[in-house]
Amino acid sequence: MKFVISEEQRALAEAIDQVIESLGGTAVARAASEGDAAPARALWEQLAELGLLGLCIDEADGGMGGTPVDLIVAFERLGYHAAPGPYLESAALLPDLVDPALRESLADGSAIATAAIPGFVPYALDAQLCSQQFIVTADSITPAEAGEGQESIDAARTLHELTPAGPAAALDPEAVALAIDRATLGSAAMLLGAGERLLEEAVAYAKLREQFGRVIGEYQGLKHQLANVRVALTFARPLLKGAALDLGTPSGERSMSAAKVAASDAAILAARTALQVHGAIGYTQEHDLSLWLTRVHALASAWGTTRYHRSRIAASILTPAAILSPAS
Amino acid sequence: MDLDLTEEQLAFAAEARAWLAENVPATPLPSMDTEAGFAAHREWEAKLAAGGWSVVSWPEEYGGRGAGLIEWVLFEEEYYRAGAPTRVAQNGISLLAPILFGHGTDAQRERFLRDMTDGTLIWAQAWSEPGAGSDLASIRSTAKRDDERGGWILNGQKTWSSRAPWADRGFGLFRSDPEAQRHRGLTYFLFPMDAEGLTVRPITQLDGTTGFAELFFDDVFVADEDVLGAPGDGWRVAMSTAGNERGLSLRSPGRFCAATDRLIDLWQKNQDQDPFAQDAVVDAWIKSEAYRLYTWGTVSTLQEGGDIGAEGSVNKVFWSELDIAIHQTGLDLLGPAAELRSASAEAGGRWVDDYIFALGGPIYAGTNEIQRNIIAERILGLPRGGDGRKAS
Ligand SMILES: Cc1cc2nc3c(=O)[nH]c(=O)nc-3n(C[C@H](O)[C@H](O)[C@H](O)COP(=O)(O)OP(=O)(O)OC[C@H]3O[C@@H](n4cnc5c(N)ncnc54)[C@H](O)[C@@H]3O)c2cc1C
Repeated sequence: MKFVISEEQRALAEAIDQVIESLGGTAVARAASEGDAAPARALWEQLAELGLLGLCIDEADGGMGGTPVDLIVAFERLGYHAAPGPYLESAALLPDLVDPALRESLADGSAIATAAIPGFVPYALDAQLCSQQFIVTADSITPAEAGEGQESIDAARTLHELTPAGPAAALDPEAVALAIDRATLGSAAMLLGAGERLLEEAVAYAKLREQFGRVIGEYQGLKHQLANVRVALTFARPLLKGAALDLGTPSGERSMSAAKVAASDAAILAARTALQVHGAIGYTQEHDLSLWLTRVHALASAWGTTRYHRSRIAASILTPAAILSPAS
Repeated sequence: MDLDLTEEQLAFAAEARAWLAENVPATPLPSMDTEAGFAAHREWEAKLAAGGWSVVSWPEEYGGRGAGLIEWVLFEEEYYRAGAPTRVAQNGISLLAPILFGHGTDAQRERFLRDMTDGTLIWAQAWSEPGAGSDLASIRSTAKRDDERGGWILNGQKTWSSRAPWADRGFGLFRSDPEAQRHRGLTYFLFPMDAEGLTVRPITQLDGTTGFAELFFDDVFVADEDVLGAPGDGWRVAMSTAGNERGLSLRSPGRFCAATDRLIDLWQKNQDQDPFAQDAVVDAWIKSEAYRLYTWGTVSTLQEGGDIGAEGSVNKVFWSELDIAIHQTGLDLLGPAAELRSASAEAGGRWVDDYIFALGGPIYAGTNEIQRNIIAERILGLPRGGDGRKAS
């Protein structure tokens, strides 16, 4: 059945882990948050070599021809390592919306692009790393210039206002909607990866830190909070898989929204809990925990807030005309 | 969503749907935890069996269809969507039968299984005791060897035994080795409810019905043929039931999907524009979807030879909380009329009844606190202890 992750997908995930770990793992995000973009660029190059940037591009166009399930497998790893950079924009959103030449350059990593979608993703991420910026609307794409960078809650993210700098090209609204859903799915996968990492970090710390003569992981007050995180993450995961299998079908939008809501809620619970388990050390910027704590909040509000996604589901399931069963 | 179902599987689901549409009673049966309701539910089991739908996953020789897990999940989805009656035979079919298949003797399978398929033989579960709830291994009811008669003599008290007021037989654990501690020296017995020396005292539940009972054992003789598994090996045998209860078999996703459908209907009817109510309905839908997809994932894992293990605890916490959330939302939507329970109430008072039923979920089948302990210790690998429990 489609619900089991394949050997190839496992291998892809491991390859991504190896590349990021060979560059020092969280050191890349750490450098980005201190204003040093060089490691992020190096990571981009290596992940491009691996084919990650062409994952959603047809083989005929120089990509890997991956499926949406491959996409969530890969992006979960990026979230797990808090990898910095406009991966969602370059690898998931833009490939189907730009001209073939740029598509090929995106696939091989020679071009890095970011985008804003007014009213949805108002600021473009990390233009300082990019060769191109675009404003995407429901039916058009326009080359743009990036304004000065603004700070995010996540120090490894820099946000830019865009202003048009060229003629708009018309796009098929369906293609735009699909591309946005694909990037949103990627963001949900990053949230899930970040949530899993937060849980792992919290559990590891709970096994080490001692108070009152015992490791704090013995205390039920913490155990049960951590168990709740496990439950939330475990039940967000199948929604992502379901959404990946549904992408581009009539129920694709609401499945996507369900995945984003569940991944955001689970990741935020993981963040709150991980911080509480760490105590004051988790409240410092110096501790790596801060990388995911802040990333989770950035990603939860980007690519559609949970309020937006809940209302999209409501529009689908709560219309008097169509009483849709969850099984339909 | 495309689940890769085969033609045969789709045809199987269609056949079930057609049969259920034809046969599910138009007016809901009275609660199975009343005398009349119990009898009506027993009859329904016979009807299901006559149609060949009572135990689809069992082998054909015992009245099943030899259907796989996928077909079982499909059948359950259809069953709940059709609004079919609660399964009064569930203790036997879902919890005991897997153990009879795995640990029973041929003679036991011959004696019991077929009668369990058509409502002739309904079982009560008898684990808990007044002093042994979450800490089930502290069981004090005893079984004493009686070599002369070739069996055992049971004494002690069991409680909260579901279906016991009208069940035909019960199954439970008794301490057969007085020297042994905790999980050791327990034996699994299958006893008739009308045995001499066994007194059943029904207990009225929160909803006013008698869904469970206390059992008093006063020198109750049980023959060797009614011991399940080896004497002294009862804990291991019983724990395979616990896994079933928490995992797949107790709460199929169809149940929550159907309740969510009813919740959506209720929202449509009330057209409640309160955004908080709307969010709660949407969240119920998201979580029912998550549970349905998770179950398909579990089915895939099981089919590839994996097992559920401690994941069953993650599952149990999720469905029991989901059940409460769905029904709490239903009551919220009903507003000031939510407390009404009589026939003229919305859906004949079903929202209240189902809400009260849902409230038991975090307590039975191992409380959710016990499940969280299991998740923390066996899945996350946190150290045991901190609450006075000793390593087992
Ligand atoms: C509707 C319903 C049907 C039932 N049907 C049956 C049946 O058919 N057969 C049967 O044998 N039993 C049945 N039970 C009983 C059920 O199995 C027990 O209620 C359950 O095991 C809990 O035991 P207890 O009620 O004694 O609570 P206790 O074990 O006394 O627990 C009380 C509270 O303490 C908490 N607690 C206990 N130990 C710990 C710990 N180590 N860490 C943290 N918290 C802890 C519990 O989680 C709970 O919140 C049923 C119960 C209900 C509500």
